Amino acid sequence: MASTGAGYDLSPTTFSPDGRIFQVEYATKAVENAGTVVGMKCKDGVVLGVEKVMLSKMLLPSSNRRVATVSAHAGVAQAGLAADGRQVVARAREECDNYEEVYGIPIPPTVLAQRLSEYVHYFTIHGALRPFGTSTMIAAYDEREKAHQLYVLEPTGVCLRYFGAALGKGRQSAKSEIEKLDLTTLTCRDALKEIAKMIYTCYDESKDKPFILEMAWLCEETKFEYQLVPQDLIDAAETWAKKELEEDDDDDDDDEMAS
Amino acid sequence: MLFAGHEPARANNVVSSSPSAPPRQHTSRPIVTGTSVLGIKYKDGVMLAADTLASYGSLAMFKDVQRISKTGSYTLVGASGEMSDYHAILRKLEGLERDNLNANDGFEHSPVEIYSYLRAVMYQARNKFNPLWNSLVVGGYKDGKAFLGSVDLRGTAYEDDVIATGFGAHLALPIMRAKWHADIDEGEARALLEDCLRVLFYRDCRALDMVVLSKATADGTLVSDPYKIETDWSSASFVVPKAGEDGDGGW
Repeated sequence: MASTGAGYDLSPTTFSPDGRIFQVEYATKAVENAGTVVGMKCKDGVVLGVEKVMLSKMLLPSSNRRVATVSAHAGVAQAGLAADGRQVVARAREECDNYEEVYGIPIPPTVLAQRLSEYVHYFTIHGALRPFGTSTMIAAYDEREKAHQLYVLEPTGVCLRYFGAALGKGRQSAKSEIEKLDLTTLTCRDALKEIAKMIYTCYDESKDKPFILEMAWLCEETKFEYQLVPQDLIDAAETWAKKELEEDDDDDDDDEMAS
Repeated sequence: MLFAGHEPARANNVVSSSPSAPPRQHTSRPIVTGTSVLGIKYKDGVMLAADTLASYGSLAMFKDVQRISKTGSYTLVGASGEMSDYHAILRKLEGLERDNLNANDGFEHSPVEIYSYLRAVMYQARNKFNPLWNSLVVGGYKDGKAFLGSVDLRGTAYEDDVIATGFGAHLALPIMRAKWHADIDEGEARALLEDCLRVLFYRDCRALDMVVLSKATADGTLVSDPYKIETDWSSASFVVPKAGEDGDGGW
């Protein structure tokens, strides 16, 4: 009881003396160690990409999806505990269905984000509950505003709107890569490649487990429906990303030779 | 024995134990209703037809109502009877469709499955003594097979090559059965259905000459825009309805 936790980390109902809630911070830790997730709001839509870590070679590539459609015009990609994530997805679907049942129009992205953050936040204020070990990226289309949006919902219940965001292991490098892009002109097609590159950049074949690149988008091309990106496009993006990285390596080698 | 202007059935409904409280009653009659739906199988698939009228009793209240809808990529569902119940059924089907979409694996229910589902829904509602007051026609085409079935408010369900609900079961079905054959083509099928709709407009006081035709084939489903069918009222029985005789009430 002497070190950092010092007994204040057993329940999210108790603050530590310096004002922290350790259980929620631990939940955030669970997300930080997860496979990288990158999301970008581009000119013509939103693209989400996930590094889905495959625990066994015998798993079906399509199993344990980390991207999920929650209604025609909204979907998520998640980092962290998959099972916790499913809980959030189930709730998101309920909220979408319920809103449309009551108001007769698709749920606006802001409302979906708000309702999900209320749900996730609830799990951080009760002693009998454990916060979600999952962060959720929400891509949704606002039918009335004719606008597409990207949100990130954290285990704390905080939900913010972003142009570009990254979660999981490779988030630092991915974030700095996103900052270099001009998201007001970038198209979704190009974003596929950029995301593939970001995810491959922070992947070390010798250290990390094999993964599957999962991608979903919501763009003009899909009539703003949230859909899985067709496999041939993902394959093309992966090939492009690998080639780019090889070329970068070669350039580095050349530099070394020159010096 | 029946007494004019007197309702004899009331007494049978009193089952409540407390003498003051009225017996609990669920839906006992439809309010805003659509009339017949017709369906036939033909060479390339299935065709459904209905007019666009929703009546409030005998009042022709809404004249531009869709009574045939698509659900998923393969199925059409048409309805006679209470329009609000039909809309509630459509909402259930939309939910089914959305769940399939969310699963993101390309799966969609086949027409047979939709038919079976609706049968279960209708039967469950009637077992709660609160039926959804419709006769439904389910038509669809999937995996090279045409499907045509009907479900009513009691959950009675059957499949057939030709189906007609409501007044159509009396006025259109005999015509459809006489003219139908297994390799009837699209043009013939359409002409047959239009003939039947015309007869229904002539003889069914809750029918309209504004109609919608729809089909389900290997190319998917298609619901037409509403259009008016041609009518000809020069027939002697229409010109002189009672054929010169008074008093017998017949044509």
